[in-house]
Amino acid sequence: MVAETLKDDVKAVVTRWKDKEGNLIMILHDIQDRYGYVPREAALEVSRQTDMPLARIYEVLTFYNYFKLKAPGKFNISVCLGTACYLKGAAALIEEIRHILHVDEGQTTKDGLFHLQIVRCLGCCGLAPVITVDDKVYSAVKRSDVMGIIAEHSKNV
Amino acid sequence: MSTVTTKVKAVINGIPVEVDQGATILEAARKAQVNIPTLCKHADLAPSAGCGICIVKVKGNRKLLRSCCTPIEEGMDITTQDPEIVQTRRTVLELILSNHPTDCLVCGRNNDCELQKICADFGIRDDRFERTLPNLPVDKSTGTIILEPRKCIKCGRCIDVCQNMQDVWALSFIDRGFKTRISPAGDIKLAESPCVRCGQCSAHCPTGAIFENDETQKVWEFLQDPENHCVVQIAPAVRVAVGEGFGYPVGTNLTKKLYALLRRLGFKTVFDTNFGADLTIMEEGSEFVERLTKGKGPLPLITSCCPAWVDYLEKYDGDMISLFSTAKSPHEMVGALTKTYYAQKQKIDPAKIKVISIMPCTAKKYEISRNEDMSSSGYQDVDVSLTTRELIRMIKQAGVNFNDLPDEEADQMLGEYAGAGTIFGATGGVMEAALRTAYFAITGENLKDVNFTAVRGLQGVKETTVNVKGTDVRIAVAHGLKNVKYVMDKVRDAIKNNKPLPYHFIEVMACPGGCVGGGGQPYMVTDEVRRQRAKGLYDEDAALKVRCSHENKHVQQLYKDFLEKPLSHTSHKLLHTKYVPRPLYIK
Repeated sequence: MVAETLKDDVKAVVTRWKDKEGNLIMILHDIQDRYGYVPREAALEVSRQTDMPLARIYEVLTFYNYFKLKAPGKFNISVCLGTACYLKGAAALIEEIRHILHVDEGQTTKDGLFHLQIVRCLGCCGLAPVITVDDKVYSAVKRSDVMGIIAEHSKNV
Repeated sequence: MSTVTTKVKAVINGIPVEVDQGATILEAARKAQVNIPTLCKHADLAPSAGCGICIVKVKGNRKLLRSCCTPIEEGMDITTQDPEIVQTRRTVLELILSNHPTDCLVCGRNNDCELQKICADFGIRDDRFERTLPNLPVDKSTGTIILEPRKCIKCGRCIDVCQNMQDVWALSFIDRGFKTRISPAGDIKLAESPCVRCGQCSAHCPTGAIFENDETQKVWEFLQDPENHCVVQIAPAVRVAVGEGFGYPVGTNLTKKLYALLRRLGFKTVFDTNFGADLTIMEEGSEFVERLTKGKGPLPLITSCCPAWVDYLEKYDGDMISLFSTAKSPHEMVGALTKTYYAQKQKIDPAKIKVISIMPCTAKKYEISRNEDMSSSGYQDVDVSLTTRELIRMIKQAGVNFNDLPDEEADQMLGEYAGAGTIFGATGGVMEAALRTAYFAITGENLKDVNFTAVRGLQGVKETTVNVKGTDVRIAVAHGLKNVKYVMDKVRDAIKNNKPLPYHFIEVMACPGGCVGGGGQPYMVTDEVRRQRAKGLYDEDAALKVRCSHENKHVQQLYKDFLEKPLSHTSHKLLHTKYVPRPLYIK
């Protein structure tokens, strides 16, 4: 959901980077930091306040993988598909998450709770296969563990 | 001030060439009678180095260079063709084809496609690389141009046209790498974007990725129904461009053969939009004189006969609406009068009349139903608007041979025109036509010399002052939407700071060159083509006995019999419209 203060939020960000050349990326970063993604309303507001065509803003937004155009879930599930995790059966974990949450990679559940993303190597291959939910790391995960991990978070809502 | 251009000497395929400094290898090669193939470079646009077909070798450089964006340097020894270059170009083509559909037979650009032609030249016979086609939806939302991103080869022409040439910013490249696609911001529909339907993207697209909404079938169906009384009208710029589809030299004026041809296609009545242009001058010219001499409305008056410009103004310059002429565009006037004046006089049920207008323009397809004023006769005043390109196809379908046709005349009542009407098709033409009649309206005298050459030609913004018996009238003519900002900002600045108005009268045409360079005209337009087409119109004007709209006998008759006088109650009902500010994005 986009805050009612959107206009002012954007104004503050735009003012902050006003005199900096090539400021669009910085502005969009700040907006993503504020909202967790770049809502269309915010992109439109940036366009209005900076006189930058919306088409140019979306060229930048879609060029960089980093920018998100959709609201992320409350909990961000990352499944590692790096070599070690892959060999240790991470694909089955993804399959199980898909089955339980009905989401594909890059999607968020309808209730907005879980966002599924696939990453390449989290740097702890000894713990493979690895799933993280936000900052919490789950190691040597088995398919039968997945339900428990999800339940652990959904009950905290 | 004189500038000396430095010349650069080089050798291309062993032939010495001397070109201006800054010229690219591609440009210089043409001097050496060498044609380097390319799919992205267009004469109107800066090089984008997008397609990779135009590669050449330069002695001493181990890389293959893209000739479209490599400036020639002194002493360069260039090779544009050898077996390795040909093979490399072939591979690039095969790679392009690996993500391009091969349903050419059912593509709008079949036989008129730059990619198809180059594949034919290179004798591509099989798929060397496995074909992967993106699953991207067709966008028909504007009803004027159809976006089929699946057929896009990412040359970037349409984006350069939309963003830089036209300053519209509807189209952009979204995403990157294999996922790159042409789309409005955020994958919305074109009709939800700032698109003004000028169609310049479609006129510059090398493939069928952006194509006019072909409505020829609808017209054939109208013609087939014996109950219908089908009336056709042709826009000024169509007559000097349609011949390009049949091998005539660029700029050949085929007016009278076109009349004959349209009758052979089955149209019962053949009118001419040039008549509507004369009428637009009567209405718009009167509006101008009323505003200038009687203060009835704000100045500067801005012309409104270009529908892409109308759309643009409503979206980008909504604060200027009060300055806009309320006069409808010429084909809408002819449409409204066909279903009222003509129908009444000829005792034809207007419900059975179908008005088809042949336009150089894709935006006209949108204009014919843009608001309720476009149905002022009680029916939609113009039923279908076809582009010149669609007409060329209809003629080919009918199999009529242009050369064998006799010259014929247009039908009476809404068919005769003055020279002023025909020059509407070129940038500056509306202004010139209006000045001829405004001069008469203000002074009661006709001009001795009706030629206003200062408003002709392809300079982006033309500003001049015309002395009307002691009164200076300041005018501006802009064409190509990127040139509008300069003019509008000057007006805005004057209004805001209470300065004297920079202009009294402004003409704007969305497409570079005016309608002769319209988005619905035959492909491969260059400035030279625009000049030749415009010349075809100016030559006709110069040869006509009646040069001024107010001297058009049939226009005079129309006012006498039906409209009474310019800006009358009936005129307002049938020939004028209104505008509303619109958001750039509706999503």
